[in-house]
Amino acid sequence: MRYLIYILKRLIALIPVLFGISLVVFFLVRLIPGDPATTLLGVHANAQSIAALREQMGLDKSLVSQYLTFLGHLLQGDLGYSYVYSSSVLGLITTSLPPTIWLLVSGTLFTLVIAVPLAVIAAARRNGVLDNIIRAVPVVGLGLPSFWLGIMLILLFGLKLGWFPVGGYGTTFAAHIRGMVLPGITIAFILVPILIRSLRASMIDVLNSDYIVTANSKGISTARVVFGHALRNAATSSVHVLGVNLAYLVGTTLVVERVFSLPGIGEQMINSILGRDFPTVQGITLTFAIMVVIVNLLTDLTQAVLDPRVRLS
Amino acid sequence: MSAVTTPGTGALGPGAVDAGRTRRRGRRRNLTLISGLVLFGLIVLCALCAPLLTGQDPIKQNLPQAFLTPGSPGHPLGTDAFGRDVFARLLYGARVDLRVGVLAVVSPFIIGTIIGLVAGWFGGWVDTVIGRIVDIVVAFPFLVLVIALVFAMGSGTLSIYVAITLVGWVAYCRIVRGQVLVAREQEYALAAKASGLPTWRILLRHLLPNVILQAFVYSMSDIVLTLLAIVTLGFLGLGVPPPTPDWGTMIQEGQQFILTKWYMSTIPGLAIVVTGLALALIADGIVDKANK
Repeated sequence: MRYLIYILKRLIALIPVLFGISLVVFFLVRLIPGDPATTLLGVHANAQSIAALREQMGLDKSLVSQYLTFLGHLLQGDLGYSYVYSSSVLGLITTSLPPTIWLLVSGTLFTLVIAVPLAVIAAARRNGVLDNIIRAVPVVGLGLPSFWLGIMLILLFGLKLGWFPVGGYGTTFAAHIRGMVLPGITIAFILVPILIRSLRASMIDVLNSDYIVTANSKGISTARVVFGHALRNAATSSVHVLGVNLAYLVGTTLVVERVFSLPGIGEQMINSILGRDFPTVQGITLTFAIMVVIVNLLTDLTQAVLDPRVRLS
Repeated sequence: MSAVTTPGTGALGPGAVDAGRTRRRGRRRNLTLISGLVLFGLIVLCALCAPLLTGQDPIKQNLPQAFLTPGSPGHPLGTDAFGRDVFARLLYGARVDLRVGVLAVVSPFIIGTIIGLVAGWFGGWVDTVIGRIVDIVVAFPFLVLVIALVFAMGSGTLSIYVAITLVGWVAYCRIVRGQVLVAREQEYALAAKASGLPTWRILLRHLLPNVILQAFVYSMSDIVLTLLAIVTLGFLGLGVPPPTPDWGTMIQEGQQFILTKWYMSTIPGLAIVVTGLALALIADGIVDKANK
């Protein structure tokens, strides 16, 4: 019950943020220097088509009424029509969303598989040789451009060794999984350094606490103390760190999709930008923000499950 | 080092071992800072002395000389698809990317710090309004919002500065606000307030020096993130407009020939990694100095 109330509270708190997001996306089009209709259609457009677009965009009305119209359409799921593709923006987004979600999920899974064991080993063998090596990972990883890493992985595992496809996403489930390995690892490399750092620090804190000393003195095996007793408590703060950075990562899918030619919404956004397809860029920007909001919400809910104090306060 | 091998002993007996270790760590961390500064200094020096290090023009095309391999006479790192010297493009690219990367951090730093000071000091509705704006900006993935803004304002260096400022200030605002919330309850702040000093003076002369350090530490890793954002924009074809050399654009151009000419993308990528490493070392070193 308490958990349900907590969920409800979090959902209500989202309303002003969603409202703000719609404002930002709305004003994005007003940032276009000069007359948006002229800019969008280019210098060779005739006066009639400019006037038609101005009317379609509602530029002849007041800013407030423009926004209210925009919001009204938004609430009905109407994001407008693409200038380039003969499709609604919503249609474009829903068809290109699956690869992006695949990518996010596989990136998160690879992050956990790589970072959790490394962080635990580093914390358990604090100041040992392994710890020092593992602690160097974040320093190197910080400045690693993900698109470059992706290209290097393609070169090595795709082209030279031929273990994985060099790009694309396939049509079958098995092909999806094979196609997601290299992009997933690329994404994971952004998160792994951050997660190692935070999980190692909180593991060290937890390993120094009294209940771990007790567990050790009871003669429970080290592995069980570390994985059974310490990891869950150390995880609570790292879930938050992971969540915040997943939000950052949502943006990185954009370049990773480009490198691996995955037909996701990031790739769609770049193509729309190059094609000056404004409604689609607007719609995708909005979608990205909503994805971040959802990731943050899931993070909070996971944290509340792991740590009862969160939902009680 | 070997004193702590299992979590059990680590938990039971820190004590005396720790004092020596902390001293050792302190010295090693200083080394971190120094090696970072030296490395970064070298990179900046290479960028500044670009005309002295190479006689080649980074922009001039020379098609008959295209695709020379590294080690060719006159072209130590070879030439690209347009016959431009890769070494020269790398050096001049450092000028462009480092300048934009460092400068693009300055205005978010200043603006975010001021807004954070105001939000933390005044609290109340001011804080609430600023907090809401921050919530909204961070709801957008950094890169997506920067790209969308650059697109809307038109490509070019100025758009990149403005876009990164509009998105980047929130991090500084959050950090400084948090520090001010703690600092304003401390005696020196209360004394300054009680003595009737004007608010701007309290904020700038008394609070700012005490809260700026964390923001400064963050700015070091922020330069890395900004540099990455800039080369990413270049890679996507939305960054510093060609033919200006930029590491991201160089990687993108090399990607088409990756199978036969792997070095074309690899070399500029390594330049970014080394620059990022230098800055990360500096950031790490400062963090440790600050925590002592």
